[in-house]
Amino acid sequence: MSSGGRPPLSRDEVAHVAVLARLALTDEELDRFTRQLAQVLDHAADVAALDLGGVVPTAHPLPLANVLRPDEPAPCLDRDEVLGAAPVVEDGRFRVPRIVGEAP
Amino acid sequence: MTSGRSAAALAAAVRAQERRAADVVEEALAAITAGDGELGAFLHVAAEEARAAAEAVDRAVADGRDPGPLAGVPVALKDNLCTRGMPTTCASRILDGWRPPYDATVVTRLRAAGAVIVGKTNMDEFAMGSSTENSAIRPTRNPRDSSRVPGGSSGGSAAAVAAGFVPVALGSDTGGSIRQPAAFCGTVGLKPTYGAVSRYGLVAFASSLDQIGPLTATVADAATMLEVIGGHDPADSTSIDRPAPRPALDAGADGLRVGLCRELVDGVAADVARQVRAAADALAAAGARVEEVSIPELGWCLSAYYLLAPAEASSNLARYDGVRYGLRKDGDDVAAMNVATRTAGFGPEVKRRIMLGTYALSAGYYDAYYAQGQKVRTRVIEAFDRAYRGVDLLLGATTPSTAFRLGERVDDPLAMYLSDVCTVPSNLAGHPAISVPFGTGDDGLPVGAQLLAPALEEPRLLAAAAVLEAAAR
Repeated sequence: MSSGGRPPLSRDEVAHVAVLARLALTDEELDRFTRQLAQVLDHAADVAALDLGGVVPTAHPLPLANVLRPDEPAPCLDRDEVLGAAPVVEDGRFRVPRIVGEAP
Repeated sequence: MTSGRSAAALAAAVRAQERRAADVVEEALAAITAGDGELGAFLHVAAEEARAAAEAVDRAVADGRDPGPLAGVPVALKDNLCTRGMPTTCASRILDGWRPPYDATVVTRLRAAGAVIVGKTNMDEFAMGSSTENSAIRPTRNPRDSSRVPGGSSGGSAAAVAAGFVPVALGSDTGGSIRQPAAFCGTVGLKPTYGAVSRYGLVAFASSLDQIGPLTATVADAATMLEVIGGHDPADSTSIDRPAPRPALDAGADGLRVGLCRELVDGVAADVARQVRAAADALAAAGARVEEVSIPELGWCLSAYYLLAPAEASSNLARYDGVRYGLRKDGDDVAAMNVATRTAGFGPEVKRRIMLGTYALSAGYYDAYYAQGQKVRTRVIEAFDRAYRGVDLLLGATTPSTAFRLGERVDDPLAMYLSDVCTVPSNLAGHPAISVPFGTGDDGLPVGAQLLAPALEEPRLLAAAAVLEAAAR
């Protein structure tokens, strides 16, 4: 059985999703996740197959829009305390490795 | 649980100078030292900070100042609640050693009410799980039977209360993570209305579903905790702009219309269903009008939840990139560093959910899965609204079974997910729900009866819960 009549999840798709999610998976993990994610999607097949045309999606349980507050200066987090939690810091900034394709 | 160990009784004794907060906290720390080696409820015990906080409470009382409704009460916090300068790990290697630069709003409010924070409790990594076995640090055992899981993801908080280490604790509930462990361990567990309690400083899992709430020994303590932590917070844009719900515990159940919800009873184990029907009888004996109701849309909730929650999680957990906090594993460039850090830092269940969520949001599948889940959510909210035209509250099981054995479901994610089937509907709707201990199953383990109410109807919910609590004694 496949979800909502769609083809079953393939190992290649799982490998592609891992790239999107910035995770490196072993061959064993790829096999296991392909099987387990397919199980969960199969379980969702009945819901995926429901005819819900015209139903407005709910992103959020509260009817909220444009929650605003006055734009007033207020104390914020202490910079040294924040930087103190970072793995690597230089000159009061977060330090990261080279970003490919950008000038240093 | 004796009333002498309830938060209300402790705070009253401290305020009346019958007991010193310093002695109360020493008792709690001694109990943790003696018992938590086996249980594993705590990831971090903040003994020195707790002693200092207790002394401050005692000084306030001696000076004639009221420390507040939780004066000297030891409180345990799930380790996804930010505590300034105190480790906050979400039971994940990726946050190993992180000490937040700020307190969550609920933590600030607990301190202001005189509570003494004794430590941070174990959980499924990033609150993803139903047994606390997904903790990267260690599992927690159920105080009622150490061969069983305490439930999850707030398993450490439930175990800490059930073991009597603390009278009250905070957890978070995205799909049942307060109510399910409360049921498994025999404590009260309340998931408030979405937006009734500020999420500022709660490490995000699925932001449209997450809600902080109390796990307590008594219904009265759950009500007090909600009053203390609830109410509007400008730091959380989804916080409802009105005061915390006022509990009305003595309102009783006379004339209350209660719907025994077939979808939350029919599919559960026979011994659990028997206790839920006994709970219905207890409400009827107290004057409630109980009728059976059916809400077929609840049957869609688990599937919708396991599309929506991982999708939100995959987005929220993108922040763990090795740049600003937590673990970093080196790589030749930023992308390689991100991959190395996340691969080393996340455990298997977190990776599984990130993968599932990324897939559900990816091109070609968004409409079929994520948008479809959101439409189911609309239909579920409409279905609840229809049901609540005829009844004031719904009653059902909290869990399909009593606590299962450690190791029983770790290799079967779908079986683990199924233990959330009775709790996810309230999260999708944003409604409040509470689990109250109501007797035991055939195995002698606790059963939770779950009450559900419309948004912001916590007073009605807690009043009925108090009736069940009294009947269960």
